[in-house]
Amino acid sequence: MKSKKRGSGWRTLWHPNFGAPAALLILYIANAVFTPRFATVSNTLNMLLQVSTTMLIAVGMTFVIASRGIDLTVGSTMALVSIIVALLINHGMVIAIWAALSAALLIGLINGFLISRLKLDPLITTLAALIMWRGVAQVVGDGRIVPFAHPTLEALGKGYVGLIPIQVVIAAVVVASAFFCVRSTLFGRYLVAVGGNEAAARLTGIRTERVKYSVYLISALLAGLAGLVETARLAIGDPSKIGVNAEFEAIAAVVVGGTPFSGGRANVLGTVVGALIMQVISTSFNMLLIPFTWSLVLKSLIILFAVFVQRPQEV
Amino acid sequence: MAATRFLGLAGTRLLRLLTSQGALLLLLSLALFGSFRYQTFLTPLNLMNIMRQNSMLAIVALGMTVVILSGGIDLSVGAFVALGGVIAAMLAPAGSLVAIIGGIASTALLGMVNGLLVSRALLQPFVVTLFTASAARGLALSLTEEKSIAVSSAASGLVWLGRGFIGPVPVPVLIVALLYFAAWFMLHRSLLGLHIFAVGDNEEASRLMGVNPDRVKLVAYTISGLLSGLAGVVLAGRLGAGQPVAAFGWETDAIAATVMGGTFLGGGQGSVLPTLIGVLLLGMIYNLLNLEGTITPWWQLVLRGGFLLLVVIFQQRVVKTAG
Repeated sequence: MKSKKRGSGWRTLWHPNFGAPAALLILYIANAVFTPRFATVSNTLNMLLQVSTTMLIAVGMTFVIASRGIDLTVGSTMALVSIIVALLINHGMVIAIWAALSAALLIGLINGFLISRLKLDPLITTLAALIMWRGVAQVVGDGRIVPFAHPTLEALGKGYVGLIPIQVVIAAVVVASAFFCVRSTLFGRYLVAVGGNEAAARLTGIRTERVKYSVYLISALLAGLAGLVETARLAIGDPSKIGVNAEFEAIAAVVVGGTPFSGGRANVLGTVVGALIMQVISTSFNMLLIPFTWSLVLKSLIILFAVFVQRPQEV
Repeated sequence: MAATRFLGLAGTRLLRLLTSQGALLLLLSLALFGSFRYQTFLTPLNLMNIMRQNSMLAIVALGMTVVILSGGIDLSVGAFVALGGVIAAMLAPAGSLVAIIGGIASTALLGMVNGLLVSRALLQPFVVTLFTASAARGLALSLTEEKSIAVSSAASGLVWLGRGFIGPVPVPVLIVALLYFAAWFMLHRSLLGLHIFAVGDNEEASRLMGVNPDRVKLVAYTISGLLSGLAGVVLAGRLGAGQPVAAFGWETDAIAATVMGGTFLGGGQGSVLPTLIGVLLLGMIYNLLNLEGTITPWWQLVLRGGFLLLVVIFQQRVVKTAG
């Protein structure tokens, strides 16, 4: 019984989107052939470094989308965290990080309240909240860029463990725990049940409200962590630039990775592959000196294609 | 007992009045407040200015209202405004007519793509339009290499569209008046309008009645794309330039105006004229903030988002009470 469950678990992990890993492989090999200095250890590590913040957010977004929601506030959460850390770092690192992550959790709590308690539409709610929190971040920092110097905090974004950047280690730990959470915990089961059919999930005794609260809290916390890492790497608090378009990148990674918008499935490893695909595209465009704006166009088309391919067949 | 019942009844009635005419009441009280606080507020010049400044948003919100009535949502409008303006500015050396038609046609085509993806491919509207938005924004930025494109002097008609006057009335305001009249007629006095309401209210039922929901949705998204392009063209004429970063976040304002006008986010209920009131309300709020002067632009973002949130919460409450 147990082994059977495990078998089906592994299959659902890859089966519906065998295409995404294949696409990643093809993209990587094609770039290795055509783009000079692409397939080197340092460039690969660099790509992993650049993708790690997106990865953090995308993992949170996977939970939200699996519960049949959406969270557009992640970029603004990063901005708010960034400015709070930069402003408070002189009072000590622990206080700064505590305050910043509390702010992130507050955003998640409000999202959760509006969406699960007041039953508002997640899209409209988080769209409004996206603009509002970006504004709050700029009000808090008075629209300024706040530079700081704090070696311990900066190590979070710039340090290395052996050859591997600390950021990548953080992302890997988060991915591993999210994978474990979805596959082997009760919460993972609840999450999939709520996303698949909320009414049915409630009838089986799952506290759907609590599950929905949790996904927005997780998403906000991971976005906060991403904001922290990004701020540490840049050593500035920048409420207007940090996290712009982060929601776009994260949603892209999730969708390309095979977690459907219709909810009911959480594919964490798929999200990792999706994020890597997006990063490979960005990096190759960058190295081939094609303007960044064209990569935005291409990525959007790829995502639309991915969504189109995965559209629900049973109607 | 009877008293509480009466109070409850009065409460329901008040709530109903607030939803049907809430935006108008709010607009009037805000105008009253403004006129007491600033002598320059209720002058024809300032009022005309508010209308002129918000005519582009009014055009966009009209398209948004049609889409929301049909049960969808269109997040691509802001990017389409930018793309329409940029294309018009780039085509301006070839003459006004080419520029105007080019700008409008390109976004109408993209609107049609939205419609096809939503209706034929059965994708969720917000997914489709979120990513066509980023594609259109990316295209606008790429075509212009992230610079703003000045409108050439050959296109005097394009500039007239944005800055001209017919008698005392600015051309953009006239366009808005014509469009809203036409849209009202289309929605409430034509078969297409009936079908839009039917599809938005209950797609399955409308299909059983013989309506073709796919075609209705296609038309709705095409209208929205076309109107966004028109707004972009007017904006380019007004600014004298096509700016790829223009109209950032207009989808939020358009949704807010639509919802404030009493159109339900689920579709099937609402009208276009209240949307215009919603647009004016937003415009008046921003205008008052500007007159106040002490409020930094950052607060505007906070208010913008917070306002939309409040409006949506309020509407949700009303739906719950009514149902």
